Amino acid sequence: MTNWILVGLVVGATVLGDLLQTFEMRQLGEIRDFRPSGIGRVLASLARRKYLLLAIFFMAVSFFAFMKLVTVADLSFAVPATAGSFVLETILARFVLKERIDGRRWAGACLVACGVALLAH
Amino acid sequence: MDAQDRRVRLKTRLFAIIVVLSSALGNFFLTFGLKRRESILSFSPADYILAFLDPWVMLGVALLILWLLSRMALLSWADLSYVLPVTALGYVVSAIMGRIFLREQVSIERWAGTLLIVLGIALVARTRPRTTETA
Repeated sequence: MTNWILVGLVVGATVLGDLLQTFEMRQLGEIRDFRPSGIGRVLASLARRKYLLLAIFFMAVSFFAFMKLVTVADLSFAVPATAGSFVLETILARFVLKERIDGRRWAGACLVACGVALLAH
Repeated sequence: MDAQDRRVRLKTRLFAIIVVLSSALGNFFLTFGLKRRESILSFSPADYILAFLDPWVMLGVALLILWLLSRMALLSWADLSYVLPVTALGYVVSAIMGRIFLREQVSIERWAGTLLIVLGIALVARTRPRTTETA
């Protein structure tokens, strides 16, 4: 039971973290200046974005929950159980972030999710 | 494909490589450092803080910070539905590193999984990295 609670925590926190991160980075716009001064300006701007800070919080929750999961469950359970987030995130990217996902991208996401599940054996 | 498309594709591939390598190497050093510690991590934050004092864990965390920043930069111009499968190449790199450096056995299922991931990446990489307008 604890294992499935941790899986739910990893998947839920990963999905929320990625959606919020993508939303905020899209608001910021394409990063073009990779000189140290440019990177400094981007980091200063990022530090003021509330949803990005929330995204990093969710990513930290996901990271620590995954670390805990692999100490109480086999890696061969943890990786495939959490690989389902690929397909869930692709669905949410379509409906929440309004990305245009064609057949190749759907097929690719499903193949990768199946591949990750097999990789844990 | 115009010059703008080519520029975005080139930049996307470069950052995807950085994301994949920093993720695979970061996880490798993190796992290596944690496995040297014999105690199992509890829910106590103190265990995690102590684990982070290990130099291999520190190196792993530094690489994972690079992973986070390069992935954020990538998401500033590429779709999430593009970034997720393409950067899954990190799983394949991790499996190869496990085979070479940790002498792990690679079963037929793992090779089949690797093949599926590579096929999935090949499909997604042929789509345009960005399908929405950025700010």
